[in-house]
Parts: sequence; C-alpha cells; structure tokens
Amino acid sequence: MAKQPIITVKNLVKKYGDFTAVDDISFEVYEGEIFGLLGPNGAGKTTTLEIIETLREKTSGQIMVDGFDIENGVDSIKKRIGVQLQAAGYYPNLNLSELIALFSGLYGVDVTANQMLEKVALTDKAKAKYKDLSGGQKQRFSIATTLINNPRIVFLDEPTTGLDPQARRNLWDLIREIRDQGTTVVITTHYMDEAEVLCDRVAFVDGGHIIGINTPDAFIDELVALGFERKKEVKAANLEDVFIAKTGKEWREA
Amino acid sequence: MEQKPYSNIKATLAIAKASFRSIIRSPSAVVFSLAFPLIFITVFANIGGGGPSVDVAVSKTCDTNNVVYMALKKAAVIHLITNQTTEQMNTSLSRGDIAAVIDIKKSADGSAAYSPMPGPPQMSSTVLNVQYSNASAQTGGLFKSILNNVLYQINTMMNPKAATVAQVHETTITGRKYKYIDFLLPGMLGFSLLSSGVFGTAFVFLSLRLTLVIKRFFATPVKKYSIVLGEMLARIVFSLLGAVFIIMVGHYIFGFTLIHGVVTVLNMLVLCTIGLIIFMGFGFVISGIAKNESSIPPISNIITMPQFLLSGTFFSTSNFPLWLQGISKVLPLTYLNTAMREVAFEGAGLGDVTHQLLILAAWFVGIYAVAVRTFKWE
Repeated sequence: MAKQPIITVKNLVKKYGDFTAVDDISFEVYEGEIFGLLGPNGAGKTTTLEIIETLREKTSGQIMVDGFDIENGVDSIKKRIGVQLQAAGYYPNLNLSELIALFSGLYGVDVTANQMLEKVALTDKAKAKYKDLSGGQKQRFSIATTLINNPRIVFLDEPTTGLDPQARRNLWDLIREIRDQGTTVVITTHYMDEAEVLCDRVAFVDGGHIIGINTPDAFIDELVALGFERKKEVKAANLEDVFIAKTGKEWREA
Repeated sequence: MEQKPYSNIKATLAIAKASFRSIIRSPSAVVFSLAFPLIFITVFANIGGGGPSVDVAVSKTCDTNNVVYMALKKAAVIHLITNQTTEQMNTSLSRGDIAAVIDIKKSADGSAAYSPMPGPPQMSSTVLNVQYSNASAQTGGLFKSILNNVLYQINTMMNPKAATVAQVHETTITGRKYKYIDFLLPGMLGFSLLSSGVFGTAFVFLSLRLTLVIKRFFATPVKKYSIVLGEMLARIVFSLLGAVFIIMVGHYIFGFTLIHGVVTVLNMLVLCTIGLIIFMGFGFVISGIAKNESSIPPISNIITMPQFLLSGTFFSTSNFPLWLQGISKVLPLTYLNTAMREVAFEGAGLGDVTHQLLILAAWFVGIYAVAVRTFKWE
C-alpha cells in the first residue's frame, strides 16, 4: 500500500526573538499511522505541534495539513483536526456532558454527550466535573473532546504523563482504536517504551532539529548493528511487567 | 462527507450557555449580584424609613402624669427614653446621642412657671427643666420647637378666651412620597451590575486564559468575537434576571415605586444592559493587565469602590462638598443611577435621559478603546 502523506512539514522555522525554537524541520506524517515526536524537554516538539495545529504563527517554512496550506486554510484545517493540549483546562463548573455540548457547539457538529463519552468509557461520569476525575479519566475525556468533529488527524501532547501503568496501557488501547478507525494520530511522549509499542514511526527532535525519522524497530536494529549492548543483561521481563503482573491489568478508576 | 456550513451564531450560543451555567453555579456571582443588594436594601430600607426621630431622655424625677408629658408622649417624632440611669443620660447627652433630657415637675409655689398668662385656679402649674447639648444641636432645636408647639396648644386649650394673634389654617396636599427605597434600589442595582461586570468579567477571562481553556477553544473553528459575545451575553442574561428579581422584591415587599409598571421595568432593564456593557469593559481591561487571580480584587476595588461611595448609591451626592461632587460627576455609575431613578420614580422614558445616555456612550467608547489595547488572549 502506497503511503499517502497527510501532513507535510517543509523547512519549518520558529524564532522567539534571538532564540530559534524550531530550526529548519522537515517531515511527513502518513495517513492512518501513529506518528511519535520524541525528544527532551525544550527540543521544540510542542512548538512544532502547535504550529501545525494553527495555534502558533510560524516564522518560515511550508506546512500542508490534509491538503490545506497553513497559510490560508486555517479554518478548514481546524475543522479536520482534533487537538489535545498539554495541561489544558476545561470550562469551570460544568460537568462532562455540558462540556461535550459546549465543544459540539464550537465545532458546529451535532453529537450527543453519551455518544462521545461512550467512546472513552466515561458514560458513568457524565454528571461529574472535570476537576473531580482521576488522571487517566481526565486524559480520556480530553481525547473525547478531540474526537467530537470526527477529525482526520488527532494531536496528543504527552497524553500519558503522570499516569500509572494500568491507566497508561488503557490509554494505549484507546489510541490504537482511534488509529484503527482510520484517524491519523500524532503524539509526543517522554516514555520510550510507550513509543516503541505504540508508534508506527517516530521522529527524534533535539535542539530544534530532527535527528532521524524511522520505525522504532529500524532505530533499535540500527543501534544494535553499531555494536550497542545494554550494561545490564536483558531479562525476559522488566519491572513494569512485574508491576502489571502483580497488580493486574484492570484499570483503577480512583 | 457532507458538511453543514459552520455557524458562528451556534458557537456563540454554545459559549453563552456554558458561561451562564458556570455563573449560576459560582457562589461569588450569586452573592455579589443578588444577596448583597438584597441585604443592603433590607438593612437600609429599615434604617432609613419613618422620617426623622428625636430621642429625648426622661429624668428619674420626672412627673409622668403631667399633661405636658402626655402630650410629648403622643408626638410621633419624639421618642422618650425612660430606661437610662442619670449617668447614662448625661453621657448620651454630651455625646449627642439624644436631643435633650427633660424633667417635668409641679411648681412648688403653685404659680405658673412657664405660661405668662394667668390660668384658671384649678390648673396645676408646671416646671419644665430641659437640658440640651451642643453635640446634638440639630435634634435639640427640633425638640425645642416641638415642645413650644405642645405648650402653646396646652395653653390655648386651658385659656380658650385668650386673644389669638394669628390663626393657622393647615392643609396637606396628596403627593407621591419619594421613599428611601426609591432612592436606594436603583443604586443597589447599579452596584450589583458594577460588581458583576467588573469582577466577574475580569475573573472569567483571566482564568480562562491562565487555565488554557481559551487556547483549547482556538483549536476549534470558533471565532474570537464568538467567545467575547458569548461571555457577555451570558453575563447580561444573568444580571438582568437578577435585576428583575431585585426590582420585584423591592416593589412587592418594600413598596418601590414603578410609575408605569412593566414599561418602567423594561426601561430599567435597557439601562441595566447599557451600564453592564460599560462595566464589563473595565473587566476586560483588568483581565488584560492582571498577572494572576490574586491581583484582580485590588485592581477591581480601585474601579468599584470610588463609584460605590461617590455615585449616589446609598445617599445623594448633593450633600458632598463641591470638589467631591466634581469627582462623582465624572463616574459612569452616577449617570446610570440618576437615569435609573428618573425612569423608575419620575416615569421618564429613555428619551428623557439622553444627557446621561450620552455620557455613558462616551464611557463606552473610552473604556473599549482601552480594552482593545490591553486585552490578552494568551
């Protein structure tokens, strides 16, 4: 199957005064994949993401999102994407149903709250306030709001940060489901085990540059081929596997 | 996939609905807009009612069966205090808390002590000792004239044959009484709109900005003006419902005058909307210049306190010294209050308060010119 690029970024530059946050970045995201942007804090991941999401102005470069140029297609792009921001809050004093109603008004689509909450298994929390949800529930709710407009692409900025292993796995399943239904997913994360099992392809970003783009497997094989060895002997399981084995896969609500 | 055209109106209404729900669930909004005005109205309407009252202490040695005492007791304005000790009376008098201390006694020598006219032999003559204080010169003076009036009436009753120098014919016209509630309620409405407009708007936009709610909105196709209009719409609807409630309580419980009934209420609501839009402008400016939520109350108080005190909210500005009147003549709330009182009590239409409306329009232009420059989205 020929891979169709749904996002094309060419020579993207973002400067804040003298500081260059994003320095000549180019990459493509293919339709229907989970694409990971990996890199240390301050590498320019979030800035790149927010420029593609039309939330920030670029300094120079060219970006196409689902056939629309970021220069003149902002409104069309906004209708085709779903965005989860790092640490974004929700309108105060409203319950989840009311928040979904608000967002469906903002996107101009008719969806029922139940329909959206069902996708992220939060129907029993319909009357709860966002601030009263657990970390994992908050992230799942955030993802529900990105799906309201039935987007072609969703952007998830560090969705699993701060979650316990069960909640993290639960979110991975949800993200895979979204991909399997035909939506392209662009994700940033600091967890390499997560990128390894979740992402179809990853790009490493550092100092505003892209250092490499490939599948996680190809990157690992490449490093091993160079003669890399782990200091500690690799065992058939790691401590996280032990954690899951001992505490169960079942996801804790509280 | 077929898509409906995007509706900015729908988006605006979605924000208005969300904002309205949020406002009615926020305790501070309800307290400021409804509870405070109603508490003020209840307290001040009861203090201010009943016209002037003169407190007079009655000495322990006073003859309470005396005809003069009886007459004073019947006088509506005079409030006789009998339960104070002599020391308390002296303190009260020297502080000006009471107008006078009276002591009424039968004259020892049997001759009329007060009346210069010779009375019939059966009339018991009376000695009246009245102590005044320069600390309560005003009420003291009032008491003095009431006392003279009472004594004159007693004397004419006792000496009907005495020649009268002048005859007094008294008539009272029927008029609409300008009650204190008629003054107070429009001021309270203005206060409610001022706090809701300034504090509420500033808090909402700052917190939506700081918690990145607005940033998340920007990732949807919503327009900036939809966000502003939606928020304003919600606050206007909430404040107008509050205003209707305050007017109804004022009218049915405290007898607030609504000269043309429903029309007057509608005119008042139009004025409320105009005032609120201007006050929200201050809120927009504050949300832009405040760095965090804790800097909002001090800045907001700088805007609201002077208007609260100087715009004729509780008492008329005409008692102020001229320089202070100068300040109150600049503040927008002064004109909103005046216009509201004209409409409610005098039955003026909006066309009769064009002077006030023009000054409010000038404030509107000025404050929104500043708001456009200072307002921050991120």
